[in-house]
Amino acid sequence: MEMARVRKRSIHLNKLCSLACCRPTPTDEHAQIGQKGYSRVVYCNEPDCQEQIRLNYRGNYVSTTKYTAVNFIPKSLFEQFRRVANIYFLVAACVSFSPLAPYSAPSLLVPLIVVIGATMAKEGVEDWRRRLQDVEANNRKVEVYDKRSCSFRESKWKNLRVGDLVKVHKDEYFPADILLLSSSYEGGVCYVETMNLDGETNLKLKHALEVTSSLHDAEMLKEFRAVVKCEDPNEHLYSFVGTLYYDCQHYSLALQQVLLRDSKLKNTDYIYGVVIFTGHDTKVMQNATDPPSKRTKIERRMDKIVYVLFSTLILVSFIGSLFFEIKTKEDISGANYRRWYLRPDKTTVFYDPRRASLSGFFHFLTGLMLYGYLIPISLYVSIEIVKVLQSIFINQDQAMYDEETDRPAHARTSNLNEELGQVSTILSDKTGTLTCNSMEFVKCSIAGTAYGRGMTEVEIALARKRGERLPEPMPIDDIDSGISVKGFNFRDERIMNGQWVKEPHADVIQKFFWVLATCHTAVPEKTESNEIVYEAESPDEAAFVVAAKEVGFQFFVRNQTSIKLHELDLVSRKNVDREYKLLHVLEFSSARKRMSVIVRNPENQLLLLAKGADSVIFERLSKHGRAFEAQTKEHVERYSEAGLRTLAVAYRELGDNEYRLWEEEFIKAKTSVTADRDVLVDELADRIERDLILLGATAVEDKLQKGVPDCIDKLAKARIRIWVLTGDKKGTAINIGYACSLLRHGMKQIVITLESPEIEALEKRGDKEVTAKVTRQVKSITGKTTLAIGDGANDVGMLQEADIGVGISGVEGMQAVMASDFSIGQFRFLERLLLVHGHWCYRRIAMMICYFFYKNITFGFTLFWFEAYASFSGQPAYNDWYMSCYNVFFTSLPVIALGVFDQDVSARLCLKYPLLYQEGVQDILFNWLRILGWMFNGVLSSIIIFFLTTNSITGQAFRRDGQVADFAVLGVTMYTCVVWAVNCQMALSINYFTWIQHLFIWGSIAFWYIFLMIYGSLPPTLSTTAYKVLVEACAPSVLYWITTLLVVISTLLPLFSYRAFQIRFRPMEHDRIQKRRSEGLEHEHDTAQRLSESPVTRISSDLISIRIDNLKASPRRKNS
Amino acid sequence: MEMNNNGAATSSAAAGGGGVSTSTSDSSSAAKRNSKKPKYSRFTQQELPACKPILTPGLVITTFTIIGIIFIPIGLVSLSASEHVVEIVDRYDEGCVPPNYSKDKLAYIQSSLTNKSCTRTLNVPKLMKSPVFIYYQLDNFYQNHRRYVKSRSDKQLRSKAYERDTKSCDPEGFVLDGPIVPCGLIAWSLFNDTYGFSVKSKMLEVNKKNIAWDSDKEHKFGSDVYPKNFQSGGLIGGAKLNSSIPLSEQEDLIVWMRTAALPTFRKLYGRIEEDLQANEQITVVIQNNYNTYSFGGKKKLVLSTTSWIGGKNDFLGIAYISVGGLCLFLAVSFILLYVIKPRPLGDPSYLSWNRSPSGHPN
Repeated sequence: MEMARVRKRSIHLNKLCSLACCRPTPTDEHAQIGQKGYSRVVYCNEPDCQEQIRLNYRGNYVSTTKYTAVNFIPKSLFEQFRRVANIYFLVAACVSFSPLAPYSAPSLLVPLIVVIGATMAKEGVEDWRRRLQDVEANNRKVEVYDKRSCSFRESKWKNLRVGDLVKVHKDEYFPADILLLSSSYEGGVCYVETMNLDGETNLKLKHALEVTSSLHDAEMLKEFRAVVKCEDPNEHLYSFVGTLYYDCQHYSLALQQVLLRDSKLKNTDYIYGVVIFTGHDTKVMQNATDPPSKRTKIERRMDKIVYVLFSTLILVSFIGSLFFEIKTKEDISGANYRRWYLRPDKTTVFYDPRRASLSGFFHFLTGLMLYGYLIPISLYVSIEIVKVLQSIFINQDQAMYDEETDRPAHARTSNLNEELGQVSTILSDKTGTLTCNSMEFVKCSIAGTAYGRGMTEVEIALARKRGERLPEPMPIDDIDSGISVKGFNFRDERIMNGQWVKEPHADVIQKFFWVLATCHTAVPEKTESNEIVYEAESPDEAAFVVAAKEVGFQFFVRNQTSIKLHELDLVSRKNVDREYKLLHVLEFSSARKRMSVIVRNPENQLLLLAKGADSVIFERLSKHGRAFEAQTKEHVERYSEAGLRTLAVAYRELGDNEYRLWEEEFIKAKTSVTADRDVLVDELADRIERDLILLGATAVEDKLQKGVPDCIDKLAKARIRIWVLTGDKKGTAINIGYACSLLRHGMKQIVITLESPEIEALEKRGDKEVTAKVTRQVKSITGKTTLAIGDGANDVGMLQEADIGVGISGVEGMQAVMASDFSIGQFRFLERLLLVHGHWCYRRIAMMICYFFYKNITFGFTLFWFEAYASFSGQPAYNDWYMSCYNVFFTSLPVIALGVFDQDVSARLCLKYPLLYQEGVQDILFNWLRILGWMFNGVLSSIIIFFLTTNSITGQAFRRDGQVADFAVLGVTMYTCVVWAVNCQMALSINYFTWIQHLFIWGSIAFWYIFLMIYGSLPPTLSTTAYKVLVEACAPSVLYWITTLLVVISTLLPLFSYRAFQIRFRPMEHDRIQKRRSEGLEHEHDTAQRLSESPVTRISSDLISIRIDNLKASPRRKNS
Repeated sequence: MEMNNNGAATSSAAAGGGGVSTSTSDSSSAAKRNSKKPKYSRFTQQELPACKPILTPGLVITTFTIIGIIFIPIGLVSLSASEHVVEIVDRYDEGCVPPNYSKDKLAYIQSSLTNKSCTRTLNVPKLMKSPVFIYYQLDNFYQNHRRYVKSRSDKQLRSKAYERDTKSCDPEGFVLDGPIVPCGLIAWSLFNDTYGFSVKSKMLEVNKKNIAWDSDKEHKFGSDVYPKNFQSGGLIGGAKLNSSIPLSEQEDLIVWMRTAALPTFRKLYGRIEEDLQANEQITVVIQNNYNTYSFGGKKKLVLSTTSWIGGKNDFLGIAYISVGGLCLFLAVSFILLYVIKPRPLGDPSYLSWNRSPSGHPN
């Protein structure tokens, strides 16, 4: 969006200010020094002096870890037990030491420890990585001035103290926030790169105070004494207030003199500076805040399901204890004891028939523990593991790797993966996101004549839309003999190669390019090959300077007071170097919408050269300056229709007297310390920027990013709504919309307009707010998942507010990426991120959670049915250790494999059938019906397992040798059936068997037998009922095996029949695609297109017209 | 089922999912040594060769048919095995109470004065091949009650050294003289009915050896552990034990201590190791000592032969036949459904979101 430029210019303002005046102006804040918030005192070069030590500022040691060695255990445990389910298990584990427990304490504790341990290990590993980074940073070396030896000595960063004098060399990071004293350059300037702070790669100029800029040799440094009083540590990266007391004088300090930690010294051999903020006091550390944590819809619903399960648990326990109470009460009838073998006469409170109600209550507690298997203890940790693995897959995807920027996709947070599969609305930034934000100078209108013959992408799209036959695309590379210059795509033989002098208005053309070549803030840099490249704050500015250079106005030197151009002299017809004295820069701001410079050219003319928004410039033209107004207006209109950004260019000559008077006032205003200084300055600028003479207009094209139209097309076919937030004119927006196939034929309205006055007002206050506000409103209107995608700092609000923020790591820096949940290199990767990874992750997590509940309900309810046959006494049907291994060993890996690897259809088909994505948007894999269906399936499975098993093997002998199945044998048989059943259900419900799935599923089943053999061979005091139960009792019994077969097949039948029916008669999208794939039809392109497109065209004709100022209109209207 | 092997993957590539192989040519990869480009492997790109089964009508019908075809014969074989088992079940808890006590069976069973002997006559319906297993079957007896199950000391049973390990046995852990061996409610309530069999006034030998699991005899019940203070407390539960025989040889106790899963259970009493001819009358003299009257439990004497599926077990066969039959039925139903409603997959008008545009419950 436009706003990105605005912010950059505001940084610029400071820089230009210092360029122009070379002295920071005291601000209001300077008056506050010494007061609250501005109390920091630094004794430069005297870190050891008493006063400094007394202040006791923090050292430069930095720790970003969440835990320390000491608090890791308690703190991470505390984090763990903030989850309801974990608290339940902790309480259960504590109670397990009492006689209430149906299990032995260790068997309850071990799974809890495993689960908690796994989560803690994950936390620990993550924290360890952070620690390693800290250690690396803390042990970096920096040269610190040592007064005793009068020389610089290497010291570790962590040993740096406030007041230390340091020397930083080229390409080194600043170890702390440093006050710049002097540099290898004469005037005490230096260049820094702030990539790590705001991601901007362009260099920033820093400037030492004049009084200190001469400090170079050791003697002077030794004698250097000064005191800095400045603001307290704060997080504002773009402000600094301080005063330097030196030589009985005081000097104001601003951000220009401060070098921030984590930025890098560039193009400067070395600097000297004084440490003013260290360690956690530095701005970058203060600025580091955790992004707001987001939770996914599925997770929120999962919590609800856990509550449902808790309710079920309580209900089941209550029913159990009710029956138990009745049965227990019956044990004593008059003088008789019914179940005498339980000794009801001499019993404990837990079974006392005389205190049956109390026993019932205690039994309720027992029940809560017994049926605790309804709550999947390992669910949370499994989901966390799965999500981390999923994000590794996202990070590793080669198809989302951007060659140009060398950036793979990166899931910065792993807990939103499945939300990627449920996005119903995308909010997209335009500039830099849909477009490259690499501006190309394509057209211009000078003196009423339009120049530039290229056709923009928008023009091509519009022509296509109108159904016109395109003129043969001009072989672009042929014209300019194949040399393409970045930022320049202008071809017109009337202008290029010096031909402009033959044009009728050559003088106007000359002035036009003077404006382009001087009215900017770019800095030229010579490369090794002696070419000049420009460091510009914004790509359009670069485009102008490049254009001027290509036409023959080469800007090659900028210093504080002048700009030098290499240009054609109209008189001598030779290229000469000309120097323009730069007198003032009236900088750009979003309010002014224009920028101008006042220069004195070699002919001693005073010129004001201006460029700005057409509306602003046009109203400032003098009467005789309107010669080309009509044509220029028309051209501007046409350019913006073609999706180009336009600026009007004008100039005026100033009289010496007029200028002198104005300058006096202007400087006075600039140096004033009153609150309305900015207003005064603006007013004065306004006064001089009048009576302009129009020269023409420029048009730059912001190229669409590669693959954007295709990607948007796919996303639209997936029926995702896309809203583009743009500050463009309505016409431009519509045309860009067509170009990127956002708007289609037959759609009646554009998606969004952002041109209401209200928004303008908001823009001034800060772009973050606008986008965040829009995002919030969209979220509240649709109530569905929104994804925001953007690349600039202005999108941060939007990214953080949306359910998912995707940052594009493009030219506008890393701020958006830092605030995002996922980062990608190109907009077009969004297609794969959503349609493939999003779809898969959604499906995986949804299936995984459903299955998790299924397997635990199956298991939990077999316990309940058994209870019904054990007079609800709380005796578990299985050996303690079978149970504690259930979630951890016999069923965990397959479900993780499902969560990590399952694919309903391949990536290629996901992309080919974008409609598949609607499964996630409609949430059809995780709606309550489906969840309850799985739960019902679980109950059904448990019934089948329990009743078939008990009826088959108990009672009569179960072996030829006449032995009967006892408690131990029934437990093993039922458990075997449970393990088989849940694993086979898994095999039935997944669509994708690699060797991993096979290994995990069949391995889990095999492991159960192995476990049973190992456990059964332990001494009977340890193994109790499992002692030799498989080897001696079960394995030789044919009945055991054929019962297993019967039970397992029977439990699978309901799901299998349902699936068979559903696939045939209620097929879901993925079923259809799988079917086509299996039939080898998926290459039949036509049919596929027809199938996927028919509903899309309908949604496309949806009318979504939303004004930003009344977002109440409901887009919920659907075609029915 | 469809095997879809992505590409011509060799099995080694498939097995070594982590095996990293760069797809780019060597020259370019050398130039981009520092590139952050993710390395290619089938694993990381999620392109492992996979089997992607889908439930086509053919597969569904075939599966159902195969299950039916396998299950019904298994059912029939099981059923016939069950048919070959001869089983005599005689409930005697009612019949063994003298008529004058029929109102107050509890008084009869609890009195030490009453005559507990009782004679029953069983008819052998078919030839019963040796060995004939003798079981007693109790009903409504909760051997799986938590209090009951836990009321034992495995350590004490196993080794003399842990004689005093009776904390789980309360209230049958200690008497004044010391620990009870074997302690706990299970041992204390040991079943004490006895049976004597005769055919035509000739006594039938009942072999009570090897009725317990070997593992129990060898590893759970110690050969140096002798009953001590057993049934010496105020309240006598069930049978008494000969304190000169180590626990490892007290097989009735071992069988009893192996708790039953459900409230209705059989336990092995012994074996008759000779054939019983059809229509022979077996006379059983029962010492009806065990109190099931207080909780309304039945007592049954069971004589049974076994086959490969164990004792008489019609349920399994019937279950197999039912499931098999159901599968065949489903197979036929699906065939009919497919014939009647041959709608191809892939009709978008049946997509859920097209049917209900207002959306699903969220």
